[in-house]
Amino acid sequence: MQLKINGQNRTFSVALTVAELLSRLQLAPERVVVELNRKILTADHHTATRLQDGDSLELIQFVGGG
Amino acid sequence: MQIFVNEHSCELAEESCLFTVRERYKPTADLLIVNGYPAQKDQVLKDGDRVVLIRRGEQPSADELEALMMARHTPGVHKKIRTSCVGIAGVGGLGSNIAIALARVGVGQLILADFDLVEPSNLNRQQYFIDQIGLPKVMALQENLRRINPGVRVQAHQLKVTADNLTELFGQVDVLVEAFDAAEQKALLTSNFLQQFPQVPLVAASGMAGYESSNSIQTRRVADRFYLCGDGVTAAQPGRGLMAPRVGIAAHHQANAVLRLLLGEEPC
Repeated sequence: MQLKINGQNRTFSVALTVAELLSRLQLAPERVVVELNRKILTADHHTATRLQDGDSLELIQFVGGG
Repeated sequence: MQIFVNEHSCELAEESCLFTVRERYKPTADLLIVNGYPAQKDQVLKDGDRVVLIRRGEQPSADELEALMMARHTPGVHKKIRTSCVGIAGVGGLGSNIAIALARVGVGQLILADFDLVEPSNLNRQQYFIDQIGLPKVMALQENLRRINPGVRVQAHQLKVTADNLTELFGQVDVLVEAFDAAEQKALLTSNFLQQFPQVPLVAASGMAGYESSNSIQTRRVADRFYLCGDGVTAAQPGRGLMAPRVGIAAHHQANAVLRLLLGEEPC
């Protein structure tokens, strides 16, 4: 499947959920804000949300400090 | 002609002079500000001029104080932001600095939320004082803000912000500021707020530890209504702490992003 992640086209050999994608990208889900097709997706929906070919995602990872 | 003296509109004869105005409205004034700049000598005033007459050391009335505090602002800014409301989630290194900047600039209402108490280790970067150690941060900050600008209405909530109390706490804000310390808290607040409030912008921060270059800290628009300040990568960790200069830079990026949003400008 083809996804656009933070403006870059990426190809994956299998269909993924949002949780699986974050795991593949080695992103800690509890520190990431996910915007899927311009809609915010809270962490409780990561596992149940299946990505579709052509989906566009913004993944914004926070680091600690403030 | 019409001029403003301490923010009150006054009718004056054409060609009236500054010292004449002082004589009439506040003869004891020893600091005269014309259109935002201190006047060293007498001058002829013109229609629309704004004059502020101050007696040094005298505590001005609330109206006068507001006029005086705002005299150095870009004209028109204060009028637009005095009716606005900004929420600040977390009042540590980021939030305490942001709140002070927004109070100084004259934002009408600030809603502060944080469960924490002032600890000695906070004083390396947070806007608290030694005699406030042990106080709830929101209470200490409310007092500090009152001492800076009593005209700002401050709501202080000592509690933990969760997905479930966002509406109650921040349902009325024009802009929300994410100013937490932990990455998980930052992401949780940001995701839930942006989802629950589809019209309201949020200004968050990520990456301001250590003493890397100041210039790596930026303001970016990372998604719809979601602005992020910081370098994006420099986490606080053992061996790389949080210190006043860079935390302050990120905080003021956030404060300026808020100000720009309130004035109808894109932050970046």
